[in-house]
Amino acid sequence: MEQLIATLVFVTLGFFFGRRAEKKHYTSLIEREEKLNALPVIASRIPPYDAPYEQSLVSGSVVIANDYFKAFVAGLRNLFGGKVRSYETLLDRARREAVLRMKVQAKKQGADYVFNVKFETSNISGQYSKKLPIVEVHAYGTALKKIA
Amino acid sequence: MLISNLEFMTGKKIIKHIGLVQGSSVRAKHAGRDIMSGIKNMFGGELTAYTELLQESREEATERMIQQAEAVGANAVLNVRFSTSSITAGAAEIYVYGTAVIIESDTSTSAVAS
Repeated sequence: MEQLIATLVFVTLGFFFGRRAEKKHYTSLIEREEKLNALPVIASRIPPYDAPYEQSLVSGSVVIANDYFKAFVAGLRNLFGGKVRSYETLLDRARREAVLRMKVQAKKQGADYVFNVKFETSNISGQYSKKLPIVEVHAYGTALKKIA
Repeated sequence: MLISNLEFMTGKKIIKHIGLVQGSSVRAKHAGRDIMSGIKNMFGGELTAYTELLQESREEATERMIQQAEAVGANAVLNVRFSTSSITAGAAEIYVYGTAVIIESDTSTSAVAS
């Protein structure tokens, strides 16, 4: 009985706090993405040949966790199968955040492009892996800066 | 040392391929941070402590790779890749590898950084 109450409390807390956190994160993501729109991020392996470029590695990473409510809902979803929306948004947020951090680093160096972008996703939750997923997303690429 | 995850340098010739260089680092976080993150975990959001931890770990792995590349006399590492694996609860291994090469140092462009 006590366990049930504890679970319910965590689920409700997770529902309110998690929702607020997600909304806030999405607003800030959209805002920062607009600012950095001018710097193209390209997945191609072949850099442009028009001029000599200075190359350097840039990367961005983020560790993000799902709240209790979403983990609970995902657990229920597991019974019936289908789309797990709560994890989709989690990973979407993590990837966009990682790309943004990479772009910020590239911008600092005055880069014109970021080429050959690769993503790496890993689950680092260890002993909590069954209950609460903790996901790390790392994005890296090569910043190209035109040599004047 | 020039590090890049492209397969060649723009506008520069590769004189010699030396071979694979690598670096790795295994890190665990201390218990206090673990507990704090556990609490934060319930409400969702970013776990800054872990982000920093992995960032540091990655820097160290890269540093080790650079040392190895310097030891074999390379001046650039190309086609760099990262990989992460969680070994046990609370510890993650970061592995970074790439091809050590010697590129021509053209005097007309100053692209070759230290």
